[in-house]
Amino acid sequence: MSKVYGILLVSHVEEVASGLLRLLDQVAGDVTIKAAGGTEDGDVGTSFDRITEAVESFDEDQILCFYDLGSAKMNLDMTKETSDKIMTIFDTAFIESAYTAASLLQASVPIDGIKEQLESLKIKE
Amino acid sequence: MVDVKKVQSWLTLFGEKVTENKEHLNQLDTAIGDGDHGSNLTRGAAAVKEKLDGQSYDELTDLFKDVGMVLVSKVGGASGPLYGSAFISMAKEAKNDADLSQLITAGLDGIVKRGNAKTGEKTMVDMWSPVIDSIKDGSLSDESIDEILQKTKDMKASKGRASYLGDRSIGHIDPGAQSSAYLFQALIEAGVINE
Repeated sequence: MSKVYGILLVSHVEEVASGLLRLLDQVAGDVTIKAAGGTEDGDVGTSFDRITEAVESFDEDQILCFYDLGSAKMNLDMTKETSDKIMTIFDTAFIESAYTAASLLQASVPIDGIKEQLESLKIKE
Repeated sequence: MVDVKKVQSWLTLFGEKVTENKEHLNQLDTAIGDGDHGSNLTRGAAAVKEKLDGQSYDELTDLFKDVGMVLVSKVGGASGPLYGSAFISMAKEAKNDADLSQLITAGLDGIVKRGNAKTGEKTMVDMWSPVIDSIKDGSLSDESIDEILQKTKDMKASKGRASYLGDRSIGHIDPGAQSSAYLFQALIEAGVINE
């Protein structure tokens, strides 16, 4: 069965993104989750190119995106404007909301139900 | 008509200014942010220089677009998408034979769209917005730019990394406004303004 939704984790620090990926993999082994952390030089920051590359590498057409701080969102927004994938960017608590989404996708909860649960975790404008 | 060659020297000059003032920008950013604004813009400036060196543009829109795309790709911090969006937005506006104030206004629109900041939130918007007024009434000068810049000092940040500091952000010049001040000083120096 082909999956519809994937999860993308964007952090300023590569290890934060890959560490969160590790946490989520533990509860959502069947969900495609990818991390795009840090800049291309391995510095602290986010990279439009890196995020775009990660988004395009999904087989899934719809990507649920979680991020840590503001400039990560700006780069996600730019990717969203240029990519054919359908990206939903959540202004929610990074770890808690990505964990929620991953667990619920794993449990085959419909997307509307997932979005509803994430609503209470919104902490960013 | 805004002259494409003058714009190219404007953008080259901007790159030189941020590179020369890399440490100053980093220091401003250390006070209220993550300390890398100068390093990030210097990286972007080097990539822009590489792209523009030996290139001759016929169309303003192509020049702005190239610069915007390079900045989006190469600047790691928030300033990449913000300056990048400004230039990409100016590239679109340049197709309409826009004058300078229309171009800079389009740049500001790009920044606002990307960062959602309004005036008074201690961001680069607080440089761009009053500069547009100064361009329109012909009063833009190094002095007026500095005056605008100093006003960001007493503002409390409510957007960007500095917003996490709340009241502690007061008393520091905004690094994004400072780099934008270099951009507009370069604009005067390159002679784009006196068209």
